Amino acid sequence: MSTLAVRRRRSALRTLAFLSPWLIGFAVFFAYPLISTVYFSLMKYDGFNTPEFRGLDNWTYVFSDYPMFWPALRNTLWLVLVMVTCRVVFGLGVGLLVTRIKRGAGVFRTLFYLPYLAPPVAATLAFVFLLNPGTGPVNSVLDSVGLPTPGWFTDAAWSKPALTALAVWGVGDLMVIFMAALLDVPKEQYEAAELDGASAWQRFRYVTLPNISPIVLFAVVTGVIQTMQYYTQPLVAGKVASGVIGGSGQQFEPGYPDKSTLTLPQLVYNLGFQRFDYGAACVVALVLFALAMAFTALLMRRRGGLLGAGD
Amino acid sequence: MTQVLDKPPVRPVPVAEQIRTARRRTLLEWIAVHSLGVAAALFFTLPFVFVVLTSLMSDQQALTRDLVPDTWVWDNYRRVLDTPGFLTWWRNTLLYAGLGTVLTVVSSIPVAYALAKFRFRGRNLSMMLVIAMMMLPPQVVIIPMYLFWAKQLDLSGTLWPLIIPMAFGDAFSIFLLRQFLLTIPNEYLDAARVDGCGEVRTLLRVVLPMAKPGIAAVALFQFFYAWNDYFGPQIYASENPGAWTLSYGLESFKGAHHTDWNLTMAATVLVMAPVILVFFFAQKAFVEGVTLTGVKG
Repeated sequence: MSTLAVRRRRSALRTLAFLSPWLIGFAVFFAYPLISTVYFSLMKYDGFNTPEFRGLDNWTYVFSDYPMFWPALRNTLWLVLVMVTCRVVFGLGVGLLVTRIKRGAGVFRTLFYLPYLAPPVAATLAFVFLLNPGTGPVNSVLDSVGLPTPGWFTDAAWSKPALTALAVWGVGDLMVIFMAALLDVPKEQYEAAELDGASAWQRFRYVTLPNISPIVLFAVVTGVIQTMQYYTQPLVAGKVASGVIGGSGQQFEPGYPDKSTLTLPQLVYNLGFQRFDYGAACVVALVLFALAMAFTALLMRRRGGLLGAGD
Repeated sequence: MTQVLDKPPVRPVPVAEQIRTARRRTLLEWIAVHSLGVAAALFFTLPFVFVVLTSLMSDQQALTRDLVPDTWVWDNYRRVLDTPGFLTWWRNTLLYAGLGTVLTVVSSIPVAYALAKFRFRGRNLSMMLVIAMMMLPPQVVIIPMYLFWAKQLDLSGTLWPLIIPMAFGDAFSIFLLRQFLLTIPNEYLDAARVDGCGEVRTLLRVVLPMAKPGIAAVALFQFFYAWNDYFGPQIYASENPGAWTLSYGLESFKGAHHTDWNLTMAATVLVMAPVILVFFFAQKAFVEGVTLTGVKG
C-alpha cells in the first residue's frame, strides 16, 4: 500500500473516532426510533399485547375520528399567525428601543432579558396566578380602572391570548438577536438617508428593515418551529387553571378550557401515555416530524448561513 | 447624495434656529425613548414583583385581591423547603443538570471539532443531520424511546433515560460549538501540527483554551435545558416522586396547595432564583451564545 493510501485511511479513522459519540447517538436516538415510529404507526399496540398489523387504520382514526387532532392543528395555526408575529414585532421593537437608550442601557437590557430565563413551568404558574380571574393582580388592576376582566386561562376565547402574553414576556432571546443585527447596520446608510431628509419611519422602512430582513426571516422560521414543539406552557397552564393536578395520580385530558390549548405534542402524550394507543400516537408524531422538518429545510435553504462558511 | 447637495435650499434657515430645533428634537427623542424604556421595564419586571409580593403574604391575605402584603411572612419560604420531597427534587435537578451538562460538553467537543476543522466526505450531510436532530421535537421519537428505556432496560422511574443520551453528543451543543470553533483561525491549528502535535493534543492544548467562551455558553444552555425540562421527567419519572425534578414537582406542589397562592409563588421563586443567579454570574457567555445561534456565519 502506498503511503498516501495509509495516510488517507488513518485520517478517515481519526474522523470516525472524533465523530463516534454522535454517530452512536444518531443511530440509537434518532434513526432507530424514527424507523420504529413509522413501524408502530401501522400497528395496533398498547404496550402489553403483541403488536398487530392494521395498515392505515391509525391514520384514518387520527384524521377522522380522534376528536383532538383538528383542534390542535387549528390552535397551532392560530399560534403561528398571532404568537409568532407578536413575538417578532415585539422583539424587534424592544431591540430597537434598547439600541436607542443611552442612560442605563445595561440595566434595561438585563431587565428585558430576564423573563426569557424563567423556567417554563415556573413562568406559566406565575402567569396563571397573575391572570387568575378571581384574585389575580392583572384583573384587579383592570377592574379598578373600569376595564373588562376576562377569564384568561379559564376562558376558551382568552386562553391563547394569555399564552401569547406569556410568550411575549419571554421575548429576550429575540431581543438579543435583533440587537446584534441592528448594531451591524452600516452607520453611513443612516447618515445618507438623513441627508436625503428621510423621516424616522422612512429610515426604518428603507434602511433598517432591508438590512435586518434575513434575521427577521430567521426569527419567523425558528418561531414556527418552536410553535410546533409548544408543549410545556399550554399543558401546565391548562392543568393548573383547571384545578386538576396531581403529579402521578389524576388524569388530566389536555386542552383545558375546551381544547383551546391543545397542541400537536400534547396529542402524542395523550394518545401514547394516557390512552395507551401507541399506534395513533406515532401517527401524530410523524405529522409533527413532517411539519418540523419542512420548516427546518426552509431555514437551511434560505440561510446557507446556518451551515456556515466551512469551506 | 450629490443630488441633495445640488438642490437649492427652499428657505434659508438661520443656523442658530437650526441648532435649536435639532436640540429640541434630540431632547424630545431622548424623553420618548426613555419613557418607552421605563414602560417596557415595568412590563418585564412587574410579573416578578407580584410573584415575590404574593409569596410573602399570609395565608388569609393570599386569598384576597391585595397586591402588597400587610405583614411580610418570610416563614413561607421555610414552609416550602420543609415540604416533603422539595429537597429531593432539588437534588435530582442538580444531578440531571450537573451530570448531564458535563457529559454533553465532553461528548460534543470532539464532534464539533471534527465538523468544524476536518475535511471529509459527508461533512455537509453530517451537519444537516445535526441540524435536523436539533429541530426534532422530542415527542416525535418518544414512543420507541420510552419502550426502549422502560421495557427493555427497565429504567423508568429514574432520570437515567434523560442523562445517559447526553453522553452521545447533543445536537444543539454540537451546532453551537461548531459555530464557535469556525471562528478560530486555522493558522493556530497548522502551527500546532507543524510543531508535531497530533489531533488530540492540538484539540486539548490549542483549541480548548481558545474555545472557553463557547464551551461556557454550551454548558450554560445545557444546564438551563435540564433545569427547565418538563416533558422528559414527566415521561420517565412521573411514576416515582423520588425521581422528580423541580420543574416537574413544582406543578404538583400547586396541586397539593390548591388555593395557597402564597406558598406556590414562594416555590416558584425558589425554582426561578438559581437560574437567574447563574445568569448574573455568567451573563457575558450567555448572551454571546444566544447571538452565536442566530446571526453568525
